[in-house]
Amino acid sequence: MNDRWQPDLPRAARIVAVQVENYRTRTFTLDRRLAARPGQFVMAWLPGVEERPLSLIAGDPVAFTVAQVGPFTAALHQLGPGDRVWVRGPYGNGFELRGEHLLCVGGGYGVAPMLFVAREALRMGLQPRAIVGARTSADLLFLDRFAALGCPTLAMTDDGSAGQRGLVTDGIRQALREGPVDEVYACGPRAMLEAILHLCQELRLPCQLSWENKMRCASGICGTCEEDGWIVCREGPVRRWGVDDE
Amino acid sequence: MTAFTSVDLTTDLCGVRLPTPLILASGILGTSAALMARVGRCGAGAVTSKSCSPQSRAGHPNPTVIKWGPGFLNAVGLANPGMNAQVAILRETKARLADSGVAVIGSIFAETVDGFARVAETISAAQPDLIEVNISCPNVAHELGAPFAAAPESAAAVTRAVKAATEVPIIVKLSPNVADIAAIAQAVEAAGADALAAINTVSGMVIDIEAVRPILANREGGISGPAIKPIAVRCIYQCYRAVSIPIVGIGGVSSGADAIELMMAGARAVGVGSAVHWGGVETFSQIAEEMTAFLASHGYARAADVVGLAHREEAR
Repeated sequence: MNDRWQPDLPRAARIVAVQVENYRTRTFTLDRRLAARPGQFVMAWLPGVEERPLSLIAGDPVAFTVAQVGPFTAALHQLGPGDRVWVRGPYGNGFELRGEHLLCVGGGYGVAPMLFVAREALRMGLQPRAIVGARTSADLLFLDRFAALGCPTLAMTDDGSAGQRGLVTDGIRQALREGPVDEVYACGPRAMLEAILHLCQELRLPCQLSWENKMRCASGICGTCEEDGWIVCREGPVRRWGVDDE
Repeated sequence: MTAFTSVDLTTDLCGVRLPTPLILASGILGTSAALMARVGRCGAGAVTSKSCSPQSRAGHPNPTVIKWGPGFLNAVGLANPGMNAQVAILRETKARLADSGVAVIGSIFAETVDGFARVAETISAAQPDLIEVNISCPNVAHELGAPFAAAPESAAAVTRAVKAATEVPIIVKLSPNVADIAAIAQAVEAAGADALAAINTVSGMVIDIEAVRPILANREGGISGPAIKPIAVRCIYQCYRAVSIPIVGIGGVSSGADAIELMMAGARAVGVGSAVHWGGVETFSQIAEEMTAFLASHGYARAADVVGLAHREEAR
């Protein structure tokens, strides 16, 4: 039978490890292996609760980092090793690793896919650096994980309670003074992405930004995640702007 | 041999000229003007906006859409921003497609006959080229009861009310989940419908045997995609024999051959929906090219020439 007709239904996986990352954020590792690229996501289903898109921090085995922000993530945070989560995917285009010097910028829990980018870049022999942004020191994520990878990392907080005080865009300017950057990779709140896009266009730096939207099908048909004619689940969630793109 | 370029795909639907017989089906990518305009630039002859209702609706919780084998199962639950917001979306879609000749179809639904009339009247302000009257969504029965398309009397009542509320030609979208679709088609035609659309999704369910429950939050959903094409062809065929108004054939079309098959069953125009999953928005131009190649190689000058042809075979 034609492989386009193969089922793509959610499949049960077991949680093998849960790691507490900060006061509201945990990383779940499953007994499932997916050939996934950094920036791709899965649809995770908790029967009787909901199904939500979750960005991957690794595909082999599948792992995602989730902040508790609503009923679905609260239910997920109740689960431990041996409990089940249903996943389908991976979906989306993911980041395309280009250039030698990558600057990986994550704001809030948007840091999650940036860890995947940095790990993959190091595996390919590239030279990533990371900027981790958060409101306050308690919200900072993954400084230990980036350090363990050997990825130079700059922490930025809005209130200066840890790392440097300021926005990730200040961090990008600083990173440019400290060394070469061929392309910027970022995930985080919309306002942060818009500010990064504006800065990169001003500095004539190519960038790849990962957008988060409400999703239903994750298959490019329902239009729920649409963004000015762009189908985020299928044609994104990562969008690249070259130096001459509008 | 007819020259390849001489095949004419233009289609007349209720006096509206479509550049191709291919229509973006309702519920697929019809959520914004930018997205519909983009599809309109990719080979569609018309685009259909997501069905709108008097008030906005959030739709059902996820899972709402899952890919099951040769098709999808969905119960989105008619999520939409409401008819007043829809007027702005339709206006913008019309403006963006003004120079393209691509028609804009506004799809509507409501919980009551009067509600249908109100939505039709309201969105007519945006001057859509056609209005699709969605009386056949299978996914809101828990809330709204059996769809109006389930019986000739209720289908006709909605049709009459909408006809009285708007000057825009109306396409009434029928359900395959009935014993006798031809009887409903005749009732809708007698009530004044300008065209029919057949079919909406086929009611179904998928159960996860590890979770021991239906996957969709709504439990039941509507099946679309290649799985339902033979059901669509049968329904179109039966409607074509029962009525003389044009039929928009919808169900499982993902190639030029599929589109020709629905047209031979009796469809004047053909809806394309789930196929955008496999082919992207470019699937419309791909299907149009395949139709042109088939028509040219078989000596047909116009797409319209194959409409209902399969019935002639039976008459022999």
